[in-house]
Amino acid sequence: MSLLQVEGLGKYYNQQTKVLKDINFEVESGEFISIIGPSGAGKSSLLRCINRMVDISEGHVVFDGEDVGSMKKSELRRLRTNIGMIFQHYNLVPRLTVIENVLHGRFGYKSTLQGVLGRFTEDEKEKAFELLGKLGIADHAYKRCDQLSGGQQQRVGICRALIQEPKLILCDEPIASLDPNSSKIIMDYLRKITNEMGITCLVNLHQVDVAKEYADRIIGLNKGEIVFDGPSNMLYEDRIESIYGIQKRELITV
Amino acid sequence: MESNQLTVPVLIKRKRNGRINIRSGNKVDIVIKSTIWILALLTVMAFFFFDYTGLQWERAITETAYNLKVMFLEPALSHFSFSEAIHQVGITLGLGFLATILGAIIAFFLALMAAENLSKPIVSKIVRMLVAYIRAVPTVLWVLIFAIAAGLGSEAAVLGMLFHSVAYLVKAFSESFEEVNPGIIEALRATGSSWWHIVIHGVVPSTFTYMLSWTFLRFEINFSVAVAMGAAAGAGGIGFELFMASGFYFDLREVGFITYAILAIAVVLEIMSTRLKNRYFSNSANA
Amino acid sequence: MNEKKMRQNKLQITIIFIVILLITYLSAAITNFNFLDSVLTIPEAIGWMVSNLMITSETLDRMPSIMDKLLETVFMSIAATTFAAVISLFLALLGSQTTKVNNFFSVLARFIASFSRNIPVVAWSLILLISFGQNSMTGFLALFVGTLGFLTRAFIESIDEANQSSVEALTATGATYFHIVNKAVIPQSLPQMLSWILFMVETNIRSATLVGILTGTGIGAMFDLYYKSMNYQVVALITITIVVTVILIELLSNQIRRVIL
Repeated sequence: MSLLQVEGLGKYYNQQTKVLKDINFEVESGEFISIIGPSGAGKSSLLRCINRMVDISEGHVVFDGEDVGSMKKSELRRLRTNIGMIFQHYNLVPRLTVIENVLHGRFGYKSTLQGVLGRFTEDEKEKAFELLGKLGIADHAYKRCDQLSGGQQQRVGICRALIQEPKLILCDEPIASLDPNSSKIIMDYLRKITNEMGITCLVNLHQVDVAKEYADRIIGLNKGEIVFDGPSNMLYEDRIESIYGIQKRELITV
Repeated sequence: MESNQLTVPVLIKRKRNGRINIRSGNKVDIVIKSTIWILALLTVMAFFFFDYTGLQWERAITETAYNLKVMFLEPALSHFSFSEAIHQVGITLGLGFLATILGAIIAFFLALMAAENLSKPIVSKIVRMLVAYIRAVPTVLWVLIFAIAAGLGSEAAVLGMLFHSVAYLVKAFSESFEEVNPGIIEALRATGSSWWHIVIHGVVPSTFTYMLSWTFLRFEINFSVAVAMGAAAGAGGIGFELFMASGFYFDLREVGFITYAILAIAVVLEIMSTRLKNRYFSNSANA
Repeated sequence: MNEKKMRQNKLQITIIFIVILLITYLSAAITNFNFLDSVLTIPEAIGWMVSNLMITSETLDRMPSIMDKLLETVFMSIAATTFAAVISLFLALLGSQTTKVNNFFSVLARFIASFSRNIPVVAWSLILLISFGQNSMTGFLALFVGTLGFLTRAFIESIDEANQSSVEALTATGATYFHIVNKAVIPQSLPQMLSWILFMVETNIRSATLVGILTGTGIGAMFDLYYKSMNYQVVALITITIVVTVILIELLSNQIRRVIL
């Protein structure tokens, strides 16, 4: 059985505008998939329906055999521990240290009291340091996050997702706020996560060339509908045209 | 990446008990923590210093609860009429307004002297120090001190309230003067304009709405200050009636009515000033 | 800006000035305020201050009792502020759009804040005085109620200003409400909140003087006593001790602010 099934998914914030319409796809364990499309195509909403950061309006999302849409609060917490998330603006707590931010990824496993008291086990802390080491930022562990560069902050974000020991990582425009150099480092790490740890990655991107370079499979989204779903090397010029319409030329050069 | 694995353990900081430390322990955290601890400690100490003369907890609490119920559920007027009440509210508003508007005029000139881009550093410093000193004396003391010279009445109240209004508005005005685009001032200076020309044609037009809004915000504050001065310094108005109703007549229903009247005006003023803030200060608040 | 708009602006400003003049005239009429008199009062008052508000050596004998009352006032302000801060934190968490539990509690929290803020502290002191009597508790509670409303509003703003994004990130890791509040919301807004608390301590020392006059407690009562018995040397000494205290606390809290903000 596949890790994630999306069946007839629809999302609307009000009656007039449907952000997502009848989305269907399946994700196998260990895939590296990129979702591309112009801004406003519904990429962000699609990712947030999967871990139900936004409510699902119609259809089903089935993760690991369980229906996400009908989950109750405690089940939802358990679901979210299995799904890591990485954000465009890193979404770290700027005043706290890097290591504290990484350990925030363990809250899903904690009772309220444990978490509020800030009790983390030594194993968890060591694991956090190990992950920081793997991403090459261990020497910043005791720095405050707002002292780090964007690329470094995103690596903290990745560590926070990894310490959850997730089966799936959702990345919402992870490199949109980064310079080309840092972007490459981040994408390399994400690719490595799938290759070496076998964690599935679903990455929202707006750069077609980056998507083609890194992803095994690309899903093209336009106006809330899937207009392309296939291996990266099948994404030809005319298909890109259908995803981006006339905006294509500007976006490719980004 | 492999080499990192070896260096990691060296980087881990441990507490004395051998557990791994995750806090940075930087200056900011230490200052925040110690400030909170000191405040907490002082609070605990405070209760040992307090003077509990004549305090009977149980009686005081039940009585206050009963009083509040009477006040807020059965408000009524008995010692003066409704139109008189409106007149008294008018007096309080009038006191607040006079203190605000006179304060704004004085503050305008002082703020010109305090603004770093329009004044000399030494003048600016002196004005700022003066303002800090003025602010440190509670308004009620200013009013009472003036009352000795001028006699109790609206003059003493307005003059006393003036000090804090001026101090508040000098700060607000001079900050908005300092935010005036230096290009405007430079351009006027380049045309050979005098200092007063720059102020009147460059600074005032670009800060007029801000000054007006700040003045209104101060008016909101001055209304409650005027209530307080009426009660504590005998300056008249609704505050004085409140003092009489509670302190002399022990008429809780009247206290309730007066409180509602004050509350109504205060809420209206607050809604107006919140609108002003959202309209004119939303950009600067985010910056 | 074209000419028409400029003329419109000029018209607007003229209207505003006329309205202000009108209200000023009305206010002066209703309060019996005489501009000329009050201008003449100023030199008189300053002259009086210079000649009467002198600190003489015999007034210094009262220093210990003044310090005692001053200390009571400072403690009263700090205790009222910290107590109010703790409750305000809960109200603000309920009231803020980011951290509210549901709409009912959000509205309720904002209502409580608005209610306690908009009834002036004098009204609270007079109400409490009736049953609590002349002791520190009355002053403490009056300051507490006023501070509660102000701090709740300030805290709600601090929480709303803090980064929403980390709240989203922690929700996505499966953290509970309390994890999020404790590890994302509070660490981010704490410096701002602390700054407001310090501001309120300063303000409350000034208000405590006022409250003291009304409720017969602390330095305010002492001021009132010597003021009414026309012992102006002591009045001067009390005023100066208040000024020094307020300025010291202001300097200290500015120092703290500089580090934490």
